[in-house]
Amino acid sequence: MDEFVYDSVYLSSRDLREGRVLFETWQPNAQYAWDAGVAISRYLQEFKAGKLIGRSCPECSRVLVPPRMFCESCFCPTDDWVTLEDTGTVLTFSRCTITWDLVQLEEPQMPAVIEIDGASPGMGIMHMLGEVDPEALAIGMRVRAVWKPADERTGSVTDIAYFKPLKE
Amino acid sequence: MIGDRVAVVGAGMTKFVRRAQETPKELAWEAAHLALRSCEMTIDDIDAIVIGTAPDAFDGVHMKSEYLSDGCGAWGKPVIRGYVGGGTGVFAAIQGWYHVASGLFDTVLVVCEEKMSSCRPHPQAAFLTIFDHTTERPLKPNLLWIFALEMNAYMNRYGLSKRDIATVSVKNKRNAADHPAAMLGDPDITVEDVLNSPVLAWPVQRLDVSPVTDGAVALVMSANHVARRVTDRPVWVEGVGWNLDTAYWTNRDLAYPVYVEEAARMAYDMAGISEPRKQIHIAEPYDPFDYKELHHLEGLMLFDRGEAPRAAADGVTQRDGDLPVCPSGGLLGVGNPIAAAGLMKVAEIFWQLRGEAGARQVPGNPKRGLAQAWGDLMQVGTVVVLGV
Repeated sequence: MDEFVYDSVYLSSRDLREGRVLFETWQPNAQYAWDAGVAISRYLQEFKAGKLIGRSCPECSRVLVPPRMFCESCFCPTDDWVTLEDTGTVLTFSRCTITWDLVQLEEPQMPAVIEIDGASPGMGIMHMLGEVDPEALAIGMRVRAVWKPADERTGSVTDIAYFKPLKE
Repeated sequence: MIGDRVAVVGAGMTKFVRRAQETPKELAWEAAHLALRSCEMTIDDIDAIVIGTAPDAFDGVHMKSEYLSDGCGAWGKPVIRGYVGGGTGVFAAIQGWYHVASGLFDTVLVVCEEKMSSCRPHPQAAFLTIFDHTTERPLKPNLLWIFALEMNAYMNRYGLSKRDIATVSVKNKRNAADHPAAMLGDPDITVEDVLNSPVLAWPVQRLDVSPVTDGAVALVMSANHVARRVTDRPVWVEGVGWNLDTAYWTNRDLAYPVYVEEAARMAYDMAGISEPRKQIHIAEPYDPFDYKELHHLEGLMLFDRGEAPRAAADGVTQRDGDLPVCPSGGLLGVGNPIAAAGLMKVAEIFWQLRGEAGARQVPGNPKRGLAQAWGDLMQVGTVVVLGV
């Protein structure tokens, strides 16, 4: 098959840096304002109040978080708001030491998927972990939301600063 | 099973490189030109075109496939672009199959191209918009998180170590040393090299990850009566399958890709495969990360859940093992120009089943092989089974 591989031209970063090849650059200036939608608007209103809520499906009885106005499994309307706990279990986590554009971070970020108490099994949300030694993180760890002070909350998922280990 | 049998009769590709001087159009033409030449056809022999290319944001070109169409031979022909993220390359071959199997067309040219190097400072910028804009993006996630979270869930479920998984990266980069298009082939790489590479987002380290790549791959697919005329070694499409999991990725079981299993079941049923471990002779599962090869082998039901790492350590998946896996060198070794990488896997099975893989040829005259890709928001599985 070797004869069916085209001998394409490879450029090094030096070729670009030293202007040995021609190129054009452009930076887009696009801005967006996303509507949070019916379910997530209510969800974020409750964040402001320091509460987590989910939504239940009348057919499969799952309690869903993030909440949604329809169950994607049964494809029917969900019918009730359910107050959840602000505690949960770490389903998985990472210690991330670089930014998206590969800049090294001093302190690791600790993203996790956290199964929220009061929702159905496996119902996790993505959030950050904090107040914990990165090396002490473990799957199955019990955690609690650390809410920002009420007057600093804006109705965003960042109204929870992070989740920290729960001492039970 | 609808329609007549469909064959792959030709394949061509560009080199996979970090940054090509060629424009996307030029890369597409290079691959398409060689695919046509490989079966002694011209563009006039082609009835329809399938284009696969991933996010427009990589190139900063709106409606990328329309831009790309000239290089794919699409002028004056029926043309379609399919897009299922990383699953696109294998899905394009599925689209090629149903264009012909439907009876609408006798010949289809399938072209997949990706030029990731244009996006500065890093194509990850285009991936950041994959996360939900209201519930996730305020946390400023980066794409590596999602893989690190999935890899950790997989390791934890089955008690796997980094060492268990690093063998995949070593195998694929060594295999790629024999691939004439490969970017990261390395015959001397060791497990220690992988384990000592910089940590990016634990458990993901630098050498667990496939590279940013430019490249293109093309296939010619045809109806039975055309295949018999143009080649004495047609490779038949025996089964296709694809399936999607929920987009609420934090609600999924991250340790097992059920959507890959569903896609595989669809393809195996079509191919009449009841015992895939005996009936599949070569596999090219999608390996953008080393753990993904193992994850996918389990989803494809080629190994029991949690058992693929042990099989890899025992040499079962080596080129001369009982089930050669990614004999091409995969995305980890050949490179990962998203859509083109998936189609490269289908092309590798084509070359292997024809006995044309040169130094990469797996022994024992394999009769049936499988290519699989994965993508969207980590939730699509696309599978093609080829046989001779």
